[in-house]
Amino acid sequence: MALDKPYQDVPGTTIFDAEQSRKGYHLNQFCMSLMKAANRERFKADERGYLDEWPMTEEQKQAVLARDLNRCIAAGGNIYFLAKIGATDGKSFQYMAASMTGMTQDEYMAMMLAGGRSAEGNRRLGENGDAQPQNQPQGRAHRG
Amino acid sequence: MARITASVYTSHVPAIGAAIDLGKTHEPYWQPLFKGYEPSKQWLKDNKPDVIFLVYNDHATAFSLEMIPTFAIGTAAAYQPADEGWGPRPVPTVIGHPELAAHIAQSVIQSDFDLTIVNKMDVDHGLTVPLSLMCGQPGGDNPAWPCPVIPFAVNVVQYPVPSGQRCFKLGQAIRQAVESFDQDLNVQIWGTGGMSHQLQGARAGLINREWDNAWLDKLVSDPAGAAATPHIDYVREAGSEGIELVMWLIARGAMADVAGGPAPTVKHRFYHVPASNTAVGHLILENNR
Repeated sequence: MALDKPYQDVPGTTIFDAEQSRKGYHLNQFCMSLMKAANRERFKADERGYLDEWPMTEEQKQAVLARDLNRCIAAGGNIYFLAKIGATDGKSFQYMAASMTGMTQDEYMAMMLAGGRSAEGNRRLGENGDAQPQNQPQGRAHRG
Repeated sequence: MARITASVYTSHVPAIGAAIDLGKTHEPYWQPLFKGYEPSKQWLKDNKPDVIFLVYNDHATAFSLEMIPTFAIGTAAAYQPADEGWGPRPVPTVIGHPELAAHIAQSVIQSDFDLTIVNKMDVDHGLTVPLSLMCGQPGGDNPAWPCPVIPFAVNVVQYPVPSGQRCFKLGQAIRQAVESFDQDLNVQIWGTGGMSHQLQGARAGLINREWDNAWLDKLVSDPAGAAATPHIDYVREAGSEGIELVMWLIARGAMADVAGGPAPTVKHRFYHVPASNTAVGHLILENNR
């Protein structure tokens, strides 16, 4: 019997449930390893070589190399684990959050200072808020 | 007998800790936020507890995907501030209260809540940022946190996380456990995390001021109603990380009115947007005899 997952119709949102956790186990454990300074150094010196020490999928490795956090999340990553990659790169949490929206960090920060992203139009797929799939990516650079 | 005298609720945004540690609290961006905690610091000085029971969540720090307990109680004598990837926060070691913690574990597990007992773990910003906000940053003549702390970690990272209802009932069991401890101790229970925020995906940056404030109203005057909020409402209305608010229900459930006592007094309430990616909510409730 299929389990009840009422959170699957929330746009721009992946809930890290037991299924995602299973998929992302090695990806997230790789991230966790970056909490040790020596591992951060080894990763920075040879990213591909370090990733190859982990039984991750090629898609997971490519997503990490590209620093594409949305792709990492789709492949089972969890943001609190993925944040260790950002920390290794010397990036703030706000930078990482902005990168997932397509906005520059300045654009994202301005949105937050103006009160943040509205829930209007962003509660369910099929609405037309700024987080909906049809309105990606966000930010001036992507507007025609 | 030990008793719970008050509960404190606050967000635990890591950027707040960084702002304190880097001496940025007077910058225009941060000043309004820290101003909102000035009355709280005074209140804590005037109402110094013997022990703080601090409900927070670990953010992939002490618990990797090797194992994540749903509810974990710290029974250690001391806890080190963790290196979360940016280096450890320059804050003091957190001193525990092993006797009371072990007593609570014994009592609460016998009340059907399957706690994991933890004797060794580092504590991350989820625990140390609330301490910094409420106690001020230790240093100089004041090198330590003001009292022992019992860390209580709740899984809100890997779904399914515990329901609001279960957290609320757990709070009630914690209150009974505290009150059956023989030593005269003034215990505060703190619930941390929230309020609305989302750190992932195209929907990152979601803030819902209206929903947050309505939920705060409910938490104060109709806590059972707040506890009935289903997970999906937090996700839809307060962002995927807004789910942290279930931890506030543990603290609220431990207040006297839930067990038929008098309603608590609201000593302070504060709300501010933004701290980095997050809406900051804060509440102090005092029990009345």
